Amino acid sequence: MLSTVVHQSTPDTATQQESSSPVPMRGARLLLEALLREGVDTIFGYPGGAVLHIYDELAKMGSRIRHVLARHEQGAIHMAEGYSRASGKVGVALVTSGPGATNAVTGIANAYMDSTPLVVITGQVPLKLMGTDAFQEIDTVGITRPCTKYNYIVRDVAELTEIVHEAFYLANSGRPGPVLIDLPKDVSAQLSPLPPVTELRLPGYHPCRAAAPQQIEQALEKLLTARRPVLYVGGGIIHAGASAELLSLAEALQVPVTPTLMGLGCFPGGHPLSLGMLGMHGTYWANMAMSGADLIFAIGARFDDRVTGALDKFCPQAEIVHVDVDPSSVSKNIRAHHAIVGDARSVLRQMLHALEETQQRFPQDRLEEWWQQIARWKAHAPLTYEASDRVIKPQRLCQELDRLTEGRAIIATDVGQHQMWLAQYYGFRTPRQLLTSGGLGAMGYGFPAALGAQLAFPERQVIAFVGDGGFQMTAQELATAVQYRTNTKIVIMNNNSLGMVRQWQQIFYERNYSSVDMEWTPDFVKLAEAYGALGLRATHPLDLTSVLEKGLGTPGVVVMDIVVEVEENVYPMVPPGAGIQEMVLG
Amino acid sequence: MRHTLSILVENRFGELARIVGLFSARGYNIGSLTVAETLDPSVSCVTLVTSGDEQKVEQIVKQLGRLVRVLQVTNLTATSHVEREMVLIHVKTGAGSTFQKVLSLLSDPQMRVAELMEDGLILEASGNWTEVNELIRELMPFGVHSIVRTGIVALPTRPHSVEDEEAATTSP
Repeated sequence: MLSTVVHQSTPDTATQQESSSPVPMRGARLLLEALLREGVDTIFGYPGGAVLHIYDELAKMGSRIRHVLARHEQGAIHMAEGYSRASGKVGVALVTSGPGATNAVTGIANAYMDSTPLVVITGQVPLKLMGTDAFQEIDTVGITRPCTKYNYIVRDVAELTEIVHEAFYLANSGRPGPVLIDLPKDVSAQLSPLPPVTELRLPGYHPCRAAAPQQIEQALEKLLTARRPVLYVGGGIIHAGASAELLSLAEALQVPVTPTLMGLGCFPGGHPLSLGMLGMHGTYWANMAMSGADLIFAIGARFDDRVTGALDKFCPQAEIVHVDVDPSSVSKNIRAHHAIVGDARSVLRQMLHALEETQQRFPQDRLEEWWQQIARWKAHAPLTYEASDRVIKPQRLCQELDRLTEGRAIIATDVGQHQMWLAQYYGFRTPRQLLTSGGLGAMGYGFPAALGAQLAFPERQVIAFVGDGGFQMTAQELATAVQYRTNTKIVIMNNNSLGMVRQWQQIFYERNYSSVDMEWTPDFVKLAEAYGALGLRATHPLDLTSVLEKGLGTPGVVVMDIVVEVEENVYPMVPPGAGIQEMVLG
Repeated sequence: MRHTLSILVENRFGELARIVGLFSARGYNIGSLTVAETLDPSVSCVTLVTSGDEQKVEQIVKQLGRLVRVLQVTNLTATSHVEREMVLIHVKTGAGSTFQKVLSLLSDPQMRVAELMEDGLILEASGNWTEVNELIRELMPFGVHSIVRTGIVALPTRPHSVEDEEAATTSP
């Protein structure tokens, strides 16, 4: 029953020499050396009393590790998330005890919901003060237990190195997620020699990769014999790096593909086989295809409530095959007829291999009727909005962004109307382009996440696409963006209100608008200037393109305040309690 | 339906809190809970009684299996097993004939007097969940003042075959 996991990381030669060094060093230094072994080049953080030893060592390490000083711990975690989601590497954040840790919780919970691999290091009061309600003491491990994949309190410096390596392995294997290490101040001061890399002992942890061949054959058989199949794909494709395999399989079988919000970009937006996003604000034809399908083939998606709508009306005619790396995600909300636990890339490769081997014939026109039906749904209710020459329509803003960036920018969003319009009107071409708070739905995520992505890819076009509400939650990170000389662009879809809440109050609460009107908003152009960034504004449709062109084309940090129609709603829409086939078209 | 789960977990600081926290966070019921070391002191056995339909309990077992330090989760309800719990029952009989009647019940081999007091006695008994419920119900007319139960412990009656492992056990 007991087994060991061989750690994958290969230490570079420089640290290998130090591995054998018997010179004792502080826990703080051991921590940073272990991060270097894991290939960490950037840490996002904020100092404080309990992490003074760590910051002392950080300063002594010079350029070996870059520390990015956020302006709020929530910002630091979101930056680490953006860095991780854009690059695929584990994001690392470092904050102090007490308020440092509690401020970080929103970001940690966000990473947990969206399966983003993070290692978060929190300072803690010295061991002997723990449990005494000491200054800046809080039970960080207790608070974060429900929103981390795992968390540790380090009670002895001798455990520290192994814990760090274990944390990275846990964060980035199986279903990824945040792992937290709570490090008491005195442990970070204790001396110990740097231990060698050892095998990790995780006898209860077996992230599954490949599926049984028999399961693969059965699943393939389903796909080949279905008359109305849909591939429903999510963020698991992106985590597993399985986009190429997904494209091959979909093209070989000519099966329609619908990505979730977290899956956008895992299949090329605008591809003839793509139905666009499904769910509450998905396309009509994607939702109708799900509801009319005889086979739902789900890969790396978790049937969450924004996708399924009313569970009792969900995909009434379909047999469901569910591929996921997390066994607990299978049959959690919707009972799967065929469950395949495995990593999306491994499973898709197995399927492609089985497809090559199969003798079964599948004429390319076998789905012709199905595609004709989908085309009728698409013609019945295409994505559309009423154009205006008077006021900027938010949908047009998204289309212009798509056109000007050729659908290739990395874009981070908050949550709400702007997020849904972007998902509908921006054709994300490749994985890891969209960074969005999908599960937790955290306002204030977009801008710092974009900043983290920009620090991972200084040369790429990175845009924070945010609402005026969400931007005000983490706007202080403008200082960080300017200090680190980034090229991050911030596009504010400014409707001077909390648009999605306003939309719900309009539709479901008889226009009884309650605390959704931002009666006072800062002048975002002046705010940008106050931080040393460039501020631009567009209020008229005629100015939209020129402002976006100038803003996107100017080096450095630019805030573009785009004033849009206030009373615009996101359609189509599945009302609460309805099935996804019961969309309100607008 | 009641389900008795046997959970083997690495015997480390804070692991029980993860198991209990999972139940409270996801709204699962805990009927009873016992924890102690196994023959291997580095491993603890948690015996937990919960309730729910098949799909819910399947989800509970999967969520438990997902915990990093949980080594094995077995739903003993699906297999042949022995379960026991102990109960202490304080009966306030007074000194009269009721007292004698209660004493006469002690022919039951699973029950004995733990403490005799002036106005009654504390009985100690063990049995499976149904038996303990039954005993308490029988004693109610004699003046049960208070009870405390240990919660269920359970062992399978035969070692698992491979098929049982697949049917009843998840190891993430």
